[in-house]
Amino acid sequence: MPAPVIAKDRLPRELIAMRVARELQPGDFVNLGIGIPNLVADFTDPAKGVIFHAENGLLGIARAQEVGKIEVPDMMNAGNQPVMPIEGAWLMDSAESFAIVRGGHLDVAVLGGLQVAANGDLANWLRPGRAVGGVGGAADIAAGARQLYIAMEHNAGEGDFKIVNRCTYPLTAVGVVKKVFTDIAVLSIDADGFLLEEVAPGWTAEDVQSQSEARLRVSPDLHEIDLS
Amino acid sequence: MAIRPVYATAAEAIADIPDGAMIAMGGFSATLGLPQALLRAVAEHSSAKDLTFVGNGIPQGFTGDAENPWYFVDPSRVSKVICSFPAGGSRRGGPNIYETAFTDGTTELELVPQGTLAERLRAGGAGIPAFFTPTGVGTRFAEGKEEREFDGRRYIMERALYPDYALVKALRADKLGNLYYRNTARAFNPPMAAAAKCTIAEVEELVEPGEIAPDLIMTPGIYVHRIVVVKG
Repeated sequence: MPAPVIAKDRLPRELIAMRVARELQPGDFVNLGIGIPNLVADFTDPAKGVIFHAENGLLGIARAQEVGKIEVPDMMNAGNQPVMPIEGAWLMDSAESFAIVRGGHLDVAVLGGLQVAANGDLANWLRPGRAVGGVGGAADIAAGARQLYIAMEHNAGEGDFKIVNRCTYPLTAVGVVKKVFTDIAVLSIDADGFLLEEVAPGWTAEDVQSQSEARLRVSPDLHEIDLS
Repeated sequence: MAIRPVYATAAEAIADIPDGAMIAMGGFSATLGLPQALLRAVAEHSSAKDLTFVGNGIPQGFTGDAENPWYFVDPSRVSKVICSFPAGGSRRGGPNIYETAFTDGTTELELVPQGTLAERLRAGGAGIPAFFTPTGVGTRFAEGKEEREFDGRRYIMERALYPDYALVKALRADKLGNLYYRNTARAFNPPMAAAAKCTIAEVEELVEPGEIAPDLIMTPGIYVHRIVVVKG
């Protein structure tokens, strides 16, 4: 069901990624999914020493390699993009890589989302109307990371709700999402459901509620997302 | 010494794959760590049918030819694919022939979370018939599977995979079959090599035993049964 149209600016993908990057703590080991999550690395202060994991078998991604000017062959992230490793990076096979994931060794994972529910359930691998979709490593990463953050647009293309009471698309993992960063809000999830903590500049709590199917509790510390 | 047979061509190395075989294909994607020559030989120089493919993606790769960039094992010969990315080719502008085959029932799709797939292979090579994992609990990946609680958390039981053949790609082999992979091309290759009854290694370089230092060997030759050299 589409949400009512609100004629206010939504944050571009880069600013969602920038806000997520500020959430990362010094020394965190972090897995980034494809899409908006993948942009988080570009906005993470190198001084934090955050180490990024690619589930195809690389711990320690430095930056992208320019296609056509490959410096290091066969060095890719999980989106099949050529990357450079950091000094001190570590390579492993898929079984070891997912032992890191499943074993709870990642401090944070940031994934995209199609639906996030008030009980922390995540659906992010099969779009409605499609019979075949790839789950990749999302189910393992969502179940295994100590903190799971979702970075996504608040509403689907036609305005459909993505912040929902219960997921209706096939689930990736249940009860795992801790925080959601969207183009209009930052929400956390606890035993009582969504808590609205931050809004995009110019947006009110009522505006964000109107774009969400699930009921949002409003934090007493509600403030604008800091984009400075 | 257990010198491994070196085949002159990929087609000869895969020639005995029979109808009904389960084939694991290594690497991560159509462009990373996939044994292109071996998989293409199965696609073009084998008539084996009723095959089951195990891999991160579908049995499809790049030819390197701009005119005709994709090759794939015809779905009419493939009864089942066990993978985590069943639609990789079509998303990159390639043919969506497998998406069609999965939808019309020509080929059965068993969609498996990537880490569960890796562990099912690792378990197969390590003598572990089944294991419990938190991945997939409460989702369609748990359907039909035994569920148990350990220390207050729910887990589902997953079974090991025992492929008949593994097609793996390494940068370098020595004549004992010890393998060295380059960078992230490693991926699914080592657990598949260990899990399969017959592992065929496609390598760019073949060297004498000792030329890969023991502590740089990533797949020991005990898991490798055949070698074919294909220049990169």
